[in-house]
Amino acid sequence: MNRKHFIVIFIFVAGICACNKDVLEEIFQGFQKPINFPQPVYHFETNPITKERYELGRKLFYDPILSVDNTISCGSCHIQTSAFTHHGHSVSHGIFDSLGTRNSPPIMNLAWNTSFMWDGGIVDLDLQSIAPITNHIEMGETMPNVLQKLRASSTYPVLFEKAWGSQEITSNNFLKSLSQFMVMCVSSNSKYDSVSRNLGVSFTGDEQEGYTLVKQKCTPCHQEPLFTDYSFRNNGISISGVNDLGRGLVTQIDTDKYKFKVPSLRNLTYTAPYMHDGRFFTLEAVIDHYSNQVQNTPNLDPIFKQGGQLGISLTANEKQKIIVFLKTLNDKGFLFDKRFSEQ
Amino acid sequence: MKRIILSVFSITLLLSSCKKDDAPNYNSNVKADLSVEFDNVVGSSNLQLNTGSYTNGVGQSFNVTKLKYYVSNFVLTNVDGSVYTVPQKDCYFLIDESDATTYKPKLSIPEGEYKSLSFVLGVDSLRNTMDINQRTGVLDVSAAAADMYWSWNSGYIFFKIEGTSPGVAPFKYHVGGFGGYTTATTNNLRTFTLDLRTRGTAQVKSGKSANIHLFVDVLKAITGTTNMTFGTPAEIHSPTAGIPIANNYSSMIVHDHTEN
Repeated sequence: MNRKHFIVIFIFVAGICACNKDVLEEIFQGFQKPINFPQPVYHFETNPITKERYELGRKLFYDPILSVDNTISCGSCHIQTSAFTHHGHSVSHGIFDSLGTRNSPPIMNLAWNTSFMWDGGIVDLDLQSIAPITNHIEMGETMPNVLQKLRASSTYPVLFEKAWGSQEITSNNFLKSLSQFMVMCVSSNSKYDSVSRNLGVSFTGDEQEGYTLVKQKCTPCHQEPLFTDYSFRNNGISISGVNDLGRGLVTQIDTDKYKFKVPSLRNLTYTAPYMHDGRFFTLEAVIDHYSNQVQNTPNLDPIFKQGGQLGISLTANEKQKIIVFLKTLNDKGFLFDKRFSEQ
Repeated sequence: MKRIILSVFSITLLLSSCKKDDAPNYNSNVKADLSVEFDNVVGSSNLQLNTGSYTNGVGQSFNVTKLKYYVSNFVLTNVDGSVYTVPQKDCYFLIDESDATTYKPKLSIPEGEYKSLSFVLGVDSLRNTMDINQRTGVLDVSAAAADMYWSWNSGYIFFKIEGTSPGVAPFKYHVGGFGGYTTATTNNLRTFTLDLRTRGTAQVKSGKSANIHLFVDVLKAITGTTNMTFGTPAEIHSPTAGIPIANNYSSMIVHDHTEN
């Protein structure tokens, strides 16, 4: 085989790849349930995904027009390269540099979420966006004003018409467009997923041991494959000066005080800091908390006080292996998936 | 002759009076207009936003700067005992003291004479958990309902009264809470059932426009079982904190008269 042949073959292969890429970009696949995931709970029947609506939702997500002074977009505190959290911020900055009291949660796999926010105060993803938009320390806007700005813009009426068949911008098509973008942000291509799907990948010895430990020590709260059971629990972190009642604020039931939603363990490497108020900067600090810093605060989950002992007993070796396993839940492709990026 | 004339006159009188008593011929297959007027008052005074000065149960004088509430799920009982439930989708109204066009919700109901009216103060749990595309008109969170909705704890505010009182922080009482989505939580929905027979049944007939005139005494919302003291607390923004007001307001609406 001479050099000329090589070049011809190279050009041919390159041509096929280029074609493939174009074709891939052309075909919009809608929402795809990963085969190792359960059925989603989002109501796709009342908000069927289309390319135009999803793209409109993505544009809205990254547009600071949704905030009162046009400075903060959803993407400001939900940054893709941090799995849509606000990396390095215990709590996020909103308009006029105001600080909130809670850590911005990742936007990933929301189609499986049974409620939203750390306290579950919001029951439908379509109603979720109203909260940060109207919160006076997040985006500080009013819903009527947001829709007014969109109606007055030169681009949005046309995009709404393309997506929804009418230039009319309503609560329904505005909020559902945002939901379409958010439910499409599926993160399911970690090493753990490849192992689960028998894609010819296997865990290392330490990862496997860590996996076994997580199943023993971290369930039922962090249940596979989404690594959360979406319940609300008090995990024994100390009560901070803010005295955030968590779930108790929403239900106003005493036995719900200090409970927060169990977060997923996926993409942990990118979503530090941890806990509802971002108090722990490293996974080591989180695991140390569970092993020897659990406090017997009101409504502490019974899981953390078994056998007269507070917390979960873990040796240094076990902690280290758990962390090794947790890293197999990272899905780096999700962080750079162009479909989810500002265009 | 005189006697005959008298008899004829009496018979005619009797006939015509019979006819009158017999009332109009109602056709229950035909729908006609009925309005229900929510006339906001404070004790024995008409409510005047901003300018009117009133006194609460603990002697604090105050004015009212905002008064808004939802009424929904109207049900009417005919004198023959039959019950008509207004279709739910047409049955949500936001009464706003600052907008006179909202005072008299209009219903379309089968012709007939009605002896009882029932409705809910608030937005029922079913509608509170419906898809966003079912939340239009007065329930639109980007329009009429923008300031009648809690985004952080998904649900409508049912009743909102705000005002000022000398020497204390302005009061803002926002009452909501439909009973929870997955967990049973505070339910501040209140159903009113008003007997119309004492002060006038509603005669609903095409071409006429009967109006059931209600008095809504907002003083009762802040006095009564619990006497609210302005300033302590100044504001109420959660279902549980709103319970005393909901309990108070469950007796604030009475039937005054009916215009047939």
